[in-house]
Amino acid sequence: MSKGTAMASKQTANKPSETGEHAERLSNLVSNVPADIDHETGLKLFRDMTLGRRFEDKCAEMYYRGKMFGFVHLYNGQEAVSSGVIGAMKLKHDWFCSTYRDHVHALSAGVPAREVMSELFGKETGCSKGRGGSMHLFSKEHHLLGGYAFIGEGIPVALGAAFTSRYKRDALGDSKSDSVTAAFFGDGTCNNGQFFECLNMAQLWKLPILFVVENNKWAIGMAHDRATSDPEIWRKADAFGMKGEEVDGMDVLSVRGAAERAIKRARAGEGPTLLECLTYRYRGHSLADPDELRAEQEKEFWAKRDPLKTLEKDLLEKQLVNIEELREIEKQIDEEVKDAVEFALESKEPDPTELTKYIWAD
Amino acid sequence: MAGTLLFNALREAIDEEMARDSHVCVFGEDVGQYGGSYKVTKDLYEKYGELRVLDTPIAENSFTGMAVGAAMTGLRPIVEGMNMGFLLLAFNQISNNMGMLRYTSGGNFTIPTVVRGPGGVGRQLGAEHSQRLEAYFHAVPGIKIVACSTPTNAKGLMKAAIRDNNPVLFFEHVLLYNLSEELPKGDYVCALDQADLVSEGKDLTIITYSRMRHHCIKAVQLLKDEGIDAELIDLISLKPFDMETITRSIKKTHRVIVVEECMKTGGIGAELIALITEKCFDELDARPVRLSSQDIPTPYNGNLENLTIIQPHQIVDMSQKIVRQGL
Repeated sequence: MSKGTAMASKQTANKPSETGEHAERLSNLVSNVPADIDHETGLKLFRDMTLGRRFEDKCAEMYYRGKMFGFVHLYNGQEAVSSGVIGAMKLKHDWFCSTYRDHVHALSAGVPAREVMSELFGKETGCSKGRGGSMHLFSKEHHLLGGYAFIGEGIPVALGAAFTSRYKRDALGDSKSDSVTAAFFGDGTCNNGQFFECLNMAQLWKLPILFVVENNKWAIGMAHDRATSDPEIWRKADAFGMKGEEVDGMDVLSVRGAAERAIKRARAGEGPTLLECLTYRYRGHSLADPDELRAEQEKEFWAKRDPLKTLEKDLLEKQLVNIEELREIEKQIDEEVKDAVEFALESKEPDPTELTKYIWAD
Repeated sequence: MAGTLLFNALREAIDEEMARDSHVCVFGEDVGQYGGSYKVTKDLYEKYGELRVLDTPIAENSFTGMAVGAAMTGLRPIVEGMNMGFLLLAFNQISNNMGMLRYTSGGNFTIPTVVRGPGGVGRQLGAEHSQRLEAYFHAVPGIKIVACSTPTNAKGLMKAAIRDNNPVLFFEHVLLYNLSEELPKGDYVCALDQADLVSEGKDLTIITYSRMRHHCIKAVQLLKDEGIDAELIDLISLKPFDMETITRSIKKTHRVIVVEECMKTGGIGAELIALITEKCFDELDARPVRLSSQDIPTPYNGNLENLTIIQPHQIVDMSQKIVRQGL
């Protein structure tokens, strides 16, 4: 593809002090048709993104206070993707598949903050009964297929859920079977075989699935441009005859617009979409990451594009909401997060006599 | 009397279960139009259509993972490994997601899947097509492992595996597909967790599975001519072991040999003998012995291949030593 000639220079070193091509792409998007929303949806999106942000901030606090353990990967900065995509889908009908960075996808899918926080505390009241932890959140009730901690392994699972949807419609004759599956993963995953294998099968069988790339530019310490021959991931859809779209992943209305188009195609039996969301994580890869490679200038560029502030500005400019409504939502979210922590703290540890429970199904 | 070949017994099982439950489906390479590399799904494509008998691209890890997702959302997929060795490429999905996901999810999801296909050492197929993967998968939590050995148990076990709500790794042996036997009439299933007491004896217990069952049957006959009365147990279930049947036998014979096709190091016999030593130590009058394949890749040359796996005369020799000399 067209970027091939620049490969040699890209593979030399992580460039400091440049906002870089990832940032430049935002101002050169091929198309950008944001969603048209009403008052209620505006508040819903603001609420979901605020919950995502403040829940994660609380996780950092609890981690540093020694209340949660292991590897904890926070979603700060990427909220527009989760809220934009999942917010455009039907909860408890469509399916969602996540990665190790899964807290906010779970919240957007409707898993109560109490259950997510309890899981992070390892408690019996957690959505995975304390057996999963931060990277393995599951909820059958909320159609959360799970957080998958190895790169790429969730994509085939998501493909299976999309296959079931088509199977029920075309092999079992259930004309109402129109669920769509959203598989979330990062830029690093797009160099893994399961990504390409599943794009092929999804398009081959016209499965109702959205491949949602949260391109935050960094796979831990590996800059995207150093890891891939063509950094424009959405263009890889072309190789499969699939619809691909790139979108400003810091703008929830843009993400929602693209998601709505993709969901419509999927429900109509027109097959999958590869949706590349250009985004950025505001914290390190995990809370254990010293985050030494990302340049300050790069961080500042993305900090100015905070998806929460962008949505607030949009909603106020369009006069869809008033500022008091937004501040009130923030107060409610703070209460909800506080309540989740109290619930998790008060919840019981798993019963040691149930150590081996859940290994076998009846 | 017309017998049924083992591969057709498996085919009958899959056909009957697909007719019984419309959520049962098959994924794999060449399972549809081609009918399966060993014809275990022959003509099912015509009968059930291309979605229920799905020809997949050659992408083992991804179509196995797809089966996990399909099972989590209500289907009951059977995954065919064209050769079980190819499933090394699906090890991650089998271990992380089939095996562990029910537990990790705190019981949110069940994964009713069967992963089946031809395994074992064939005839001069070379190392990669003559693998003994049962030991590789043995430590994975949350999967049941079964090895069929006759047309009758192949059919009954396959039906039970499809109906089971857990992931089942189902080993068929490439050299047993053409065994013929008259099958029981009607709908029958065999328990996935029960060993088969093939023949009773009092002098020693021989425990085996899969194709080695037939080597052991030969050995038991030869031993009878020598005046040694051996009891033969076919494990059927490689995980979990049916320790009740095994313990009962050892309490009677006080001597045990494990005969296996897998490699000695980290093999099925290694685990089984450790368990026997833990549970039956005081019952043993002789050291428990493993007769296993060599710890080498299966060689192509026919003579070397025969030397790699256990032969009936080795079972006879070792049995005589144990019974006569109390080794």
